Amino acid sequence: MTIHTKGTGTTWVGRSIRRLEDPALVTGRGRFTADMPATHWVRFVRSSVAAGTIENITAPGGAGTVTAKDLAKLKPIRPMLSKFNYVAVGQPILADGVVRFTGESIAAVYAPSKDQAEDIADQVEVEISEGAPLIDAMDALAEGAPLVHADTKHNVIVEGRIATPGFEDVWKTAHKVLHVEARSHRQNATPLEARAGHASYDASTGRVTLTCTTQMPHLTRTAVCDILGIPESDLRVVAPDVGGGFGQKMSLAPEYVLLVWLARKLRSSVAWTEDRRENLIASFHSRDQHVQLEGAFDKSGKLLALRGDIVANIGAYSCFPTTCGVEPLMALAELPGPYDVRAYDCRSRGVMTNTCPMAPYRGVSRPVITFVLERLMDKAAAAFGIEPTELRRRNLIDKFPYTSATGLVFDDGSYKETMEMAIKAIDLDAFRKRQKIARDAGRYLGIGLATFSERTGYGSPAFAARGMEITPGFETVYLTIDPSGFVEARIGSSPHGQGLRTSLAQIIADEIGIDPEFIKVVHGDTDRSPYGWGTFASRSLVLSGGASLLAAQKIRAKLLKMASHFLEAAPEDITLQSGSAHVIGTDRSVTIASMARAAYHQTHIFKGEIEPGLTETGTYDPSGTFSNACHVAIVEVDIETGRVEMEKFLVAEDAGLIINPMIADGQVHGGVAQGIGNALLEEIIYDETGNILTSTLADFLPPTTHEIPEIELHHIETLTGNSITKAKGLGEGGAIGAPAAVISAINDALSPFGISIDEMPATPQRIRAALRASGKLPSNGKLA
Amino acid sequence: MSDKTDITLTINGQSHAIRVESRRTLADAIREDCGQTGTHIGCEHGVCGACTVLVNGEPVRSCLMFAQQADGKQIRTVEGLADGDEMHPMQRAFMENHGLQCGFCTPGFLMLAVGVLEREPDISDHDLVDVLSSNLCRCTGYQNIIKAVRAAAVEMRQS
Repeated sequence: MTIHTKGTGTTWVGRSIRRLEDPALVTGRGRFTADMPATHWVRFVRSSVAAGTIENITAPGGAGTVTAKDLAKLKPIRPMLSKFNYVAVGQPILADGVVRFTGESIAAVYAPSKDQAEDIADQVEVEISEGAPLIDAMDALAEGAPLVHADTKHNVIVEGRIATPGFEDVWKTAHKVLHVEARSHRQNATPLEARAGHASYDASTGRVTLTCTTQMPHLTRTAVCDILGIPESDLRVVAPDVGGGFGQKMSLAPEYVLLVWLARKLRSSVAWTEDRRENLIASFHSRDQHVQLEGAFDKSGKLLALRGDIVANIGAYSCFPTTCGVEPLMALAELPGPYDVRAYDCRSRGVMTNTCPMAPYRGVSRPVITFVLERLMDKAAAAFGIEPTELRRRNLIDKFPYTSATGLVFDDGSYKETMEMAIKAIDLDAFRKRQKIARDAGRYLGIGLATFSERTGYGSPAFAARGMEITPGFETVYLTIDPSGFVEARIGSSPHGQGLRTSLAQIIADEIGIDPEFIKVVHGDTDRSPYGWGTFASRSLVLSGGASLLAAQKIRAKLLKMASHFLEAAPEDITLQSGSAHVIGTDRSVTIASMARAAYHQTHIFKGEIEPGLTETGTYDPSGTFSNACHVAIVEVDIETGRVEMEKFLVAEDAGLIINPMIADGQVHGGVAQGIGNALLEEIIYDETGNILTSTLADFLPPTTHEIPEIELHHIETLTGNSITKAKGLGEGGAIGAPAAVISAINDALSPFGISIDEMPATPQRIRAALRASGKLPSNGKLA
Repeated sequence: MSDKTDITLTINGQSHAIRVESRRTLADAIREDCGQTGTHIGCEHGVCGACTVLVNGEPVRSCLMFAQQADGKQIRTVEGLADGDEMHPMQRAFMENHGLQCGFCTPGFLMLAVGVLEREPDISDHDLVDVLSSNLCRCTGYQNIIKAVRAAAVEMRQS
């Protein structure tokens, strides 16, 4: 295959080479879980009520049906935290006597075809004695509220607080105090491929292969085996092509446990393909938070102190492996964002309700806290009568390393520089003139800006701070040049659209002098890849990239030593390039392929000085690195309908050294589009009985080409010492900054009405309600 | 629901004689009865467009069409776009312009774009964006899909 390059230079890193993943995917040869045939198809019977007691389950005669009774020996899903007043609650694989959210699996039926399984599932009668459901976290907090789990004392399942010493003394010195009460409604990550699983029993070995749409194959193996009480060697987990995840596919799906159990019971193959309704009601949700934030500023607009109270609705159960602490604790640690503030007092709670469990979704809390913090900064700018950009200029961190009030250490970044770059590129002054002319004509344009940090590529030290029983961290890469001369890198990360195979091949290629097209990156198969954590938290390029580099450096050293035998030259006089070792300044060379042969088949020629074989291992477990960006949105709001038209979106971002600019830009584009959807359209709505009203893609609205404007990107590459490849992560940033920028722009557009939209998504209904409440809506196109 | 009908689906020029229930969707028939799994199913209610195929040259959401309705018609799927090892300009353009990430929506976008450009080669840029709003992509933010389709449109007009 020909590799076309768009970039220039002598290294593979930094070039926009075409993705090695693409040929299969554009020709229909990708292999997704739902493409596999199976002997039995499973359909889950799901609860139609949010809270209640199961009185009776009646299945049609002769049907293959599984209920909790059959699974009595299985352990529940019960992830643990050792800190933050965490209360462990268990999630049964199938509801065991009690249902806790609409969509919870009560029974599983199986049949020879999907259609038959659906028909049988429809005939399963479930009698439930309905209880009073808790839907909003605030109701679940109330004194005397019913308990979602009867074995707990209250519905607060995790609670953290950080308070810096002397906070009140600082607070008292404030010149101005601004307040935001914000609400971020519930959303669903909505990968285009919903979840699917396929478990196949091998009669000769007794092993099961679970193929599923996971972002974490090894953790899935560990979890399923722990629950079933079987050795991990009896289960292989494969993540084939996975159609997007965005966090939703990193948490353990109880459905997969059932599939493995059933495959073992039937000694056969069983499969389940989630439909879109199941995905929207019963896969994982996120972003459902109430946030109170107050900021104390001095006379010059400098932020002195932040006081926050965060309530995260974590649903009915705690997700494995991160636990439901993932949202509230991320918010607690990172709320101050990229601003220099020394005094901080914040409480953050995760509260159980009778709703679908919460799990990570691209950005994890940071889209919410960035939105809230940026609302505060915008309000402060208005209170001080200065441009929002000027207020940020006075508060953004600019000396590194910077240790935050919550103890996070920010490595080198470009918080002010990216903002200045964005302001210049968007031409803020010109926009303000255009905005004024438009306003005079009864049109409401607005500009909004978000500056933020994105903590990426963190290993076990950062996760350990949360007290997780299962503490994610390292990544390992096994790098082999086999006797054929081809290269195989087996990695523990599990990419599902990020183009990681290509980016890692570029990193390895530069080190070992073999072009990327000859480097195969193998992932998503616990039989072939080293134990690893998967792909989430903007980590894979930093961690697997670092581990790849370390392994490749070892291979390089060995190749140079071998070449020095062949070429009778000192290793330091030899370069590796385009598949050969060359003695610098001569025409003497030897191909790496022939050295690879020798490493296995002619080992005697090295006289015992070089170990046989060409496999090296790299493991990397860094402390983490912060990317940063400034997002700018320009919108026009139709005050008669509340419709928001996105006119332009601009990003100035810094994710360190960019390995493949084309892929990096694609990650930012995709994140921004999700962020725009989060800001304007996407909302999971429960009615008061706990029934979901948004169970189709015609109700829960991911954006289309109509809602996403042109996204203009600008880059700064700050090289950090916190990542050995110099690359920072950037998978989540787009989604972190965009909601704040878009809602800020809406508020800027509507500033003549004296209103503040502090809810996400800012739907037409909410905008119209705020406009009506302002009492300033024009009757004749002019302001009242 | 057990009454089955014999039908013939012609997919990428190949005939598949299958027996299907009346309720069998074209998407399921293509994937499960004919084994052509390149066509993906994203929502089964006609919103996402991942299952888009061409039926007698027109882009169709195969999850909203019954297999029996396609009996005897010419169906084209992503597997039929390339001519042997020679990829279709649309496939090349998606690779050159990074018009895909996870690749799940890609077959639907490819068939939608090819179908529209074959029918309307001189479609305006504006109308093209409008047409592409028929399908959902969750990864790319559409920037590079639009770029890829525009690039392929130029090439398809020239050929």
